[in-house]
Amino acid sequence: MDNVLLARMLFGSSLIFHIIFATLGVGLTLMILIAEILRVVRKDNDYGILAKRWTKAVAILLGVAIPSGTIVAVMLALLWPGLIEVVGQVIALPFTLEIFAFFFEALFLSIYVYAASRLSSTMRIISVFFVALGATASAVLITNVQSWMNTPTGFSIVNGDITDVRPWEAVLNPAFGYTAIHVASSAYTATAFVVASYAAYQLLKPNLKQSEKTYHRKGLMMALIFGAITSLWTATNGHHSAVGLHNNVPVKLAAAEGLFETQSNAPLSIFGTPDPEANRVVGGIEVPGMLSYLATGSLDGVVVGLNEYPRDEWPPLFVHTLFNIMVGIGSALIALSFGALAYRIFFKKREYPNWVLIPLVASGPLAMLGIETGWIFACIGRQPWTIYGIQRTAEAATKSANLGTFFIIFISLYGFLLVVTALVMRYYFRRNPLIKEFESQTTTV
Amino acid sequence: MEANVAIVVIWLFLFLYALGGAIDFGAGFWSMFYFGRKDTTAASIANLYLNPSWKVTNVFLVLFVVALVGFFPHAAFALGSFMIVPVSFVLILLIIRSAFMVYSYSVQKYTKLFTYISGITGLLIPALMLSILPIIIGGFVEIVGGNHYILYDRLLSSPTLYAHIGFGLAAELFLSSLFLSDYAREAKAMETYEVYRKNAIILGPIMLSMAVAATMTLMPEAMWMVENMARQWHLFALSLVVFSIGYSALWWPSKKGRVGQPRVAVLFMVAQIGLASFAYGWAHMPYIVYPDLTIYEAVTNKQMYLSLLWGYAIGMAILVPLFYWFWRLFLKDKRYLTDKKVDDVR
Repeated sequence: MDNVLLARMLFGSSLIFHIIFATLGVGLTLMILIAEILRVVRKDNDYGILAKRWTKAVAILLGVAIPSGTIVAVMLALLWPGLIEVVGQVIALPFTLEIFAFFFEALFLSIYVYAASRLSSTMRIISVFFVALGATASAVLITNVQSWMNTPTGFSIVNGDITDVRPWEAVLNPAFGYTAIHVASSAYTATAFVVASYAAYQLLKPNLKQSEKTYHRKGLMMALIFGAITSLWTATNGHHSAVGLHNNVPVKLAAAEGLFETQSNAPLSIFGTPDPEANRVVGGIEVPGMLSYLATGSLDGVVVGLNEYPRDEWPPLFVHTLFNIMVGIGSALIALSFGALAYRIFFKKREYPNWVLIPLVASGPLAMLGIETGWIFACIGRQPWTIYGIQRTAEAATKSANLGTFFIIFISLYGFLLVVTALVMRYYFRRNPLIKEFESQTTTV
Repeated sequence: MEANVAIVVIWLFLFLYALGGAIDFGAGFWSMFYFGRKDTTAASIANLYLNPSWKVTNVFLVLFVVALVGFFPHAAFALGSFMIVPVSFVLILLIIRSAFMVYSYSVQKYTKLFTYISGITGLLIPALMLSILPIIIGGFVEIVGGNHYILYDRLLSSPTLYAHIGFGLAAELFLSSLFLSDYAREAKAMETYEVYRKNAIILGPIMLSMAVAATMTLMPEAMWMVENMARQWHLFALSLVVFSIGYSALWWPSKKGRVGQPRVAVLFMVAQIGLASFAYGWAHMPYIVYPDLTIYEAVTNKQMYLSLLWGYAIGMAILVPLFYWFWRLFLKDKRYLTDKKVDDVR
């Protein structure tokens, strides 16, 4: 198999694996912070137990999140030396700063977990605040390089050499703002629904004690409110991202929407297959003028189509489907969280019936799928470029052999670790049931 | 000038990770070695250290990698082409080690199995990392059509590879024993202090002789390196003196009851590793990969160099007080060190 494709498969599968753990790490630490604050404000120890159990989940996840993050960092250098050669000259700064965000996260997490009994409530909240800050900051800083790869700025090229480097201009590249916000808010959203999904699953069980029901309901409500806010926020900044694509990387938007001809009054195609022969999306639903309206703010706005670009600069056309899955899941999550909250407000019932809980159970895996398709769209939608308009993926890749063997080893390892991690989670939380927490916590607060 | 400053920063990060990593992986090994022993708390002392620190130690590895490619981006192609095999194996061991170390605390039923998996994989990591040194010194890399390839048959049949691996193992076990002996004494676990002190006494001379063996076996492969090292003889001699003083401190009388001053020994050994690794690094100059890649060819541009330097300086200035607080909480605070019931959230 072709070496570039193998390098992409190896790196892509590592990212797909790592992003699960990274997303939950970013989202859960913020939810722990909120739970710790609620615990103090409401003087309700159930929130303390929520924080404690989520912290345990984070600790288990970190066993894989940290080394898989290390794998991604090292592989980026090994598999994409061409990219790194340019990155090291132009956009090395966010990687540097990100290290310090990691240090913050690691140091304060250990302090929060292992020194908790020696800290005051305020110091605990401050510690977990810095954990959450470090987690989100590292995600934002990594995304900074990713956004720069889409809209490279801050340097000039003279005779193939990079000169006149302006590091801060590279950091503040046009795509940075909306990309970083979208990454952070979507990570919060996905985590909220993973938490909601777990709580809903527990509430479906018969024979729960009243104290357990109350506890899981608090977890569910917190996740739903947090999820409703963040999912709506994600939709808003997702819209800004699409406008950003229209302004900065129009070919990516064209591929995402399956738009071939540059036109005003461009339709929004939902699902279907982009057909380059027919010059349109076949088998989808078309909303006339909607794409122009979304991208430019007016039905008459002109949206650039794929035909403006040579064929060898087109991203693979299946990114249209990835994009649709991402947007579809995002919309479903908004509907689900607002629907569930509305049910609670209008019917004034504390308990959800099963027909509400069952879709909520599905929301967690669905949200993760949304994250994955979003990231895959972001990376494959940039193809054939690693650095848009500057460097092709084939130029960036290592020429080293053996990649096929390592792809098989790593992907087996990832599959194995996913299974083991799930089993460890299940084992731990069965061995340490909620009932035990209620018993041991009555004396401590 | 820029290249020289940058390579010193890289050396500093590598030195920090070498120490931290050796103690971290070594402690994981000892936690396995003394697993289930009723007569000593050596395993729990090792875990007491590992629990809060392993994540922080891991960040130093990422720091080193990121700084290396940040300061020396033009080294990426050469390093990327032949490092992929040894480094991928390190990464595979690393993820198994970290995952199973964390899981061993969560799944009581399989604690023993998981501790063995993480202990053994962790033990091999520094050994494998050290095997990269002879590869980049030369003699084992062939360039065909602009690509670098490792000559595996030559490498695997060369004594210097095994001497380097042996040195990696000995250094890891010696430094972790020495550090844990001090840590155990801080925790007032005097029996455990004796256990680790004895380990350090045995392993110290082994580490030293493995270092000599690694250098000697390098002669047929990379005479240039050995000659350069000989030119740094005064630094190596000084490091030997520092080693001897530190080693002897294990017998110095102490007011705390038991013989030996492990804190002094640790500080001198840190200085010794610093001196020896600096001398080694100096002898390595100006090559990143001998003979075709020097630091001057690989270094980044002036603007990026300056902004990176500022970035590291400001970041470190913020972190140093935080590291101090961390040290106070987990390496000094008696409430942590002597708390038999370690919090079950870990």
